[in-house]
Amino acid sequence: MNIVVLVKQVPDTGAERTLSQTDHTLDREDADLVLDEINERAAEAALILKETTDAHITVVSMGPDSAREAIRKVLAMGADRGIHICDDRLRGADVLTTAKVLAAAVRTVEDVDLVLAGNTTTDGQASAVPAIVAELLGLPQLTHVRQLTVDAGQVSAERETDNGEATLQAPLPALVSITEKINEPRYPSFKGIMAAKKKPVHTPDLDDLFPDADDSGLLVTRTRVVEAVPRPPRAAGIRITDDGSAGRHLVEYLIARKLV
Amino acid sequence: MPDVLVLVDHDGEHVYKSTYELLAAARRLGDPAAVVVGTPGTAGRFKESLARHGATSVYAAESGEAGEFLATPTVDALELAVRDASPAAVLVCATTDGREAAGRLAARLDAGLLIDAVDLDSSGVVTQIVFGGSYTVRSEVTHGTPVLALRPGAVEPEEHPVTAVERTLALPSVDPAASARITARRTGLAGDRPALNEATVVVSGGRGVGGAQGFEVVEELADALGGAVGASRAAVDAGYYPHQFQVGQTGKSVSPQLYIALGISGAIQHLAGMQTSKTIVAVNKDPEAPIFGLADCGVVGDLFAVAPQLTEGVAARRAVR
Ligand SMILES: Cc1cc2nc3c(=O)[nH]c(=O)nc-3n(C[C@H](O)[C@H](O)[C@H](O)COP(=O)(O)OP(=O)(O)OC[C@H]3O[C@@H](n4cnc5c(N)ncnc54)[C@H](O)[C@@H]3O)c2cc1C
Repeated sequence: MNIVVLVKQVPDTGAERTLSQTDHTLDREDADLVLDEINERAAEAALILKETTDAHITVVSMGPDSAREAIRKVLAMGADRGIHICDDRLRGADVLTTAKVLAAAVRTVEDVDLVLAGNTTTDGQASAVPAIVAELLGLPQLTHVRQLTVDAGQVSAERETDNGEATLQAPLPALVSITEKINEPRYPSFKGIMAAKKKPVHTPDLDDLFPDADDSGLLVTRTRVVEAVPRPPRAAGIRITDDGSAGRHLVEYLIARKLV
Repeated sequence: MPDVLVLVDHDGEHVYKSTYELLAAARRLGDPAAVVVGTPGTAGRFKESLARHGATSVYAAESGEAGEFLATPTVDALELAVRDASPAAVLVCATTDGREAAGRLAARLDAGLLIDAVDLDSSGVVTQIVFGGSYTVRSEVTHGTPVLALRPGAVEPEEHPVTAVERTLALPSVDPAASARITARRTGLAGDRPALNEATVVVSGGRGVGGAQGFEVVEELADALGGAVGASRAAVDAGYYPHQFQVGQTGKSVSPQLYIALGISGAIQHLAGMQTSKTIVAVNKDPEAPIFGLADCGVVGDLFAVAPQLTEGVAARRAVR
């Protein structure tokens, strides 16, 4: 079985994030970058499948040079090889271009059975990338799943969203995005970290991924930021220390603000 | 005036309030055209209420299998409607399903996509609040038919009665090799409570609630206020409350009129999902808890003493009205 895992490097969520003054893209230089936590679980889901089937795992990431660290981490966890799409032209890529680049990279892997991704990343991407990749590759989309079974050419999954839960079923090849509740990712072992150094990471040329792109080049974004303004931090309001009547004070507070 | 497509969010029986919000937003750009994807007869049932909220046309994209496959019937319907109406924009609700449909549609149209809008002006410029509330960004689509996903609750729904023309879209049959089949569905565990991202009041519990049983206190307050129940990740991880109610960076983003945090410390990842709420109330026994830094009203105290008293007071107030 051939599995592709899509991963992304994101600014550490604890760190403050800023938008670049010049082009309103995320100032990645300023932030501590880490492998997105949910993506780590997508990698874990692939590794669990590898334990019971004969699977080959390719990790794909689009991002600046530093994204190689994210790929190395998944290789250290046990994936077999990496594909890193790194091109300055992709700076500021919109959701659609991101998905197109990822889909093009997946197409370079032969006979893919399963594409795995995180359902969202912690850096505010729209949680639409996996669905768009499925669209572009013509694969069934099994997204936001907290449980996954792959058996006899079929994948079944438990989807969990704001609309409730659903059981999904599709034939392979398919795309699956997982939620943070699916598993606990393993830590890379020392042996794994050493082995990862020898695993191949392919860096395809963007022009080779899009041979048909016309002279005007790849469309990087279809939207434009008109204005970006930092929001003033919320200020603390009133403070009550409970002396046995705080609940009643709160009722009055809510009534005064017409909230009840 | 150009048409503006609105994807109708519904459960087969009822149109969700968020759809009326989209119709109100759509009127800023043109004539709202509602797209109903469902089993035969669905659009007919919704036509009157959609017209009452300003839909000048209602597209019926109906088939027996529309509800049996994930995402693709909706995307097919929207694509057909776009080809038919050449709209000024397509509006969907920024729910999980809505975001995914919007993304896939934008891919088919090679069009610009803006997700999680909290406002939309008459020139099509969209406002988004990003990075957990730290920036307000205004953006516009520069390529293709704008596909815009609006956060539920962002725009006030308005009645604006018009007469709606019904139009039919012939959905293609679903390719089972390219779509996932929905073999079972369990509706939200929320029961009679409003959906988290639609509620005007959200009461959330954290690790301080202490256990699944403790969440009764949270639920009782939510019910007294007619609100939804949320939870911090620590509470979810500890098994006190199901994951689908998690608020925060990797859970739901909510911006209700009133957010009440019970026994939640206020980690940055939790704040990311709720700090755009209009009024924030926090109850925490630790006076140093970071949640107090942004609470409009902070109560230092034991939630098991404060919340039941509040519930009682709210219920009493409701009873006299
Ligand atoms: C990548 C990433 C993503 C994350 N995503 C999310 C997310 O989406 N949502 C989220 O919530 N977290 C998220 N987190 C976790 C976050 O960092 C915090 O760990 C979590 O929010 C803490 O939850 P809590 O406030 O309930 O628990 P705690 O931090 O343990 O706080 C419990 C609070 O309850 C108070 N308390 C205890 N007993 C009582 C009582 N009887 N009465 C009143 N107060 C009491 C305590 O004083 C304390 O302040 C994420 C973390 C990471 C790294």
